[in-house]
Amino acid sequence: MSVTTPEPTRSTGQGSLGSTLNGRRLPRWAPLASAAVALVLAVGVTQVGSIVGLAWPVLWAIFFLVVQTGWSFSTEGRRHAVDRLATTLIYGCVILAVAPLLSVLFSVVSRGAATVLTDFPSFLTETMRNVSPRKPGGGVAQAIVGTLEQVTIAALVAMPLSILAAVYLVEYGRGRLAKTVSFFIDVMTGVPSIVAGLFIYTFWVLTAGFERSGFAASLALVILMIPVVVRTTEEMLKIVPNDLREAAYALGIPKWKTILRIVIPTALSGIITGVMLAVARVSGETAPLLLTVVLSQSMNWNPFAGPQAALPTFVWDQVSSGTDASINRAWGGALVLIILVVIFYTAARLLARLFAPQAH
Amino acid sequence: MRTASPPDDVAPVSRESRTVGVRAGDRAFKGFAAGAGITVLVIMGAIGAFLVWKSIPSLQANSANFFTSTDWFPEDKPPTFGIAALLFGTAITASIAMLLAVPVGIGIALFIAFYAPRPVAAALAFVTDLLAAVPSIIFGLWGLAVLMPNMEGTARWLDEYLGWIPLFQNDLNIYTKSLFIAGVVLAIMVLPTVSAVSREVFVQVPREHIEGALALGATRWEMVRMAVFPFARPGMISAAMLGLGRALGETIAVALILSAAFTINWHITEPGGNSFAANIALKWNEAGPIGLSALIASGLVLFVITLAVNMVARWIVARRAEFSGAN
Repeated sequence: MSVTTPEPTRSTGQGSLGSTLNGRRLPRWAPLASAAVALVLAVGVTQVGSIVGLAWPVLWAIFFLVVQTGWSFSTEGRRHAVDRLATTLIYGCVILAVAPLLSVLFSVVSRGAATVLTDFPSFLTETMRNVSPRKPGGGVAQAIVGTLEQVTIAALVAMPLSILAAVYLVEYGRGRLAKTVSFFIDVMTGVPSIVAGLFIYTFWVLTAGFERSGFAASLALVILMIPVVVRTTEEMLKIVPNDLREAAYALGIPKWKTILRIVIPTALSGIITGVMLAVARVSGETAPLLLTVVLSQSMNWNPFAGPQAALPTFVWDQVSSGTDASINRAWGGALVLIILVVIFYTAARLLARLFAPQAH
Repeated sequence: MRTASPPDDVAPVSRESRTVGVRAGDRAFKGFAAGAGITVLVIMGAIGAFLVWKSIPSLQANSANFFTSTDWFPEDKPPTFGIAALLFGTAITASIAMLLAVPVGIGIALFIAFYAPRPVAAALAFVTDLLAAVPSIIFGLWGLAVLMPNMEGTARWLDEYLGWIPLFQNDLNIYTKSLFIAGVVLAIMVLPTVSAVSREVFVQVPREHIEGALALGATRWEMVRMAVFPFARPGMISAAMLGLGRALGETIAVALILSAAFTINWHITEPGGNSFAANIALKWNEAGPIGLSALIASGLVLFVITLAVNMVARWIVARRAEFSGAN
């Protein structure tokens, strides 16, 4: 390279700094040009005869890597060639991650909408009572009611417990116990949802002797919600300015009243956001519901007794039936479930934005 | 000193009478809060205790080796069942998921932290969060109906050209409902976990290290390799372990995709295989008392494994947090 450079004074000892500042670089259009060359090569090779049966997009990607790295290596040197290779691979990772998400959303929306819209609005208002798996028709009303009841109960049980635990960690937590609690809340996020279902079954059904019900499902969801709500509440309590607490103490207000009347109200919107995010997460849980509640095909308003449906278990049941009509219903149920999750998710974001505490 | 105390003598009387009420309220409230914290510990302990207690009946009746048997006949007399096939399937699917998701997840995190322009980074962070919010039943449905038909070609290609590796060999020439495809779906599901946690660590890398590296003439990749990776390595390891925890416990997607079989089959593109969580979901409604107890026993093993993985991951993070505090 130094032979072709016009400056004769440049010594090789200048090394990397010299080559970065005034060494030869590829033009800005180099990636585009490499892509074009690689495309021509890929299409050409696939036309002439397939190289070990690879599809042309894969070949294109491989040729692009080879062409660009080779070109860069010969002009810019090894370090820049490696840099370009790494950059390309990192961009490739992004495509690999975004592609499945788009595919999931596209297939759920297109296939789900086909079902929901052909039976609109009966798909949303009718139940599966007396509907044969082989025949189209029926709906998800019983599943929507079940999911809403179960996640509401779960949120009502999980909220006070989690908020108190977070208050303990932020306002009181010093020493061994607080560290242990904090550690196990982190560990709890990793408890598989099916294990939460197993635990509630052994505890609520086998030991306490209650029947499987929507409420038992709620209890399993509580276990999955607690760590999420505790962590978000903790974050929210931490950003409540210390000035507020100190002002309250200066007025002679005891600590517990300061927490209940000043700290929690200030952080409340953020806490509610955290709860909504947790609700959005658990409303799609299938595994614990399979163990703790019997699936119902008809409407059951009572979460404390009898079988009850939910959207995830409805989808599971329809897929398991395996007929064309039931698979279509599964896609319809999946779309309704995703819309529900998006509603919870957006509600959480809106609440956060509307009532964001004035942190400074 | 003592002579100065008389005026103080007056104050303590009134102060004490006030603080007694205040202290009682404070003590009660602190008790409540601490009680909530302890409840969390109790729940975690109870999960382990109840699972152990309820799995004892089947473990005592079991006539096969619980850890090495590949049979699952808990309703027989005497019951014979073991977790070997479940352990194998869980390990294989989770390994495939890790092999695919860890590099890609770290790549996305690098892109968001160091490569993307700010609005693109924010949008992509939102998209990966969205990926985390998609329920697993939907991934299962998508994997079964959309991904599986499209992966058949890939599995066949692996068999045709890399079939000399026993792992990719396929004697049945059926390429669906396999551990391989279940692993790919799992990879997509744990991707957001891996990328979110590594992103958090990448953002904490001190600006001085990054700018110092760039000022010395490092290319962007050299900066990543020399300034970011050494700092973030523990965080990346724990990101991978947290993803592994998710992959091990995932139920529904695996249950929908695999055609459950109690075998140890190293040909991972052939149909069959099973996992702890999927087996519990599939066998639950047809199980009798001993069957339920056997499933609970297998769930206990899953709980212990995920607990260990998560505790190691959290321990690594906690150690790093102390280290960075000293920095």
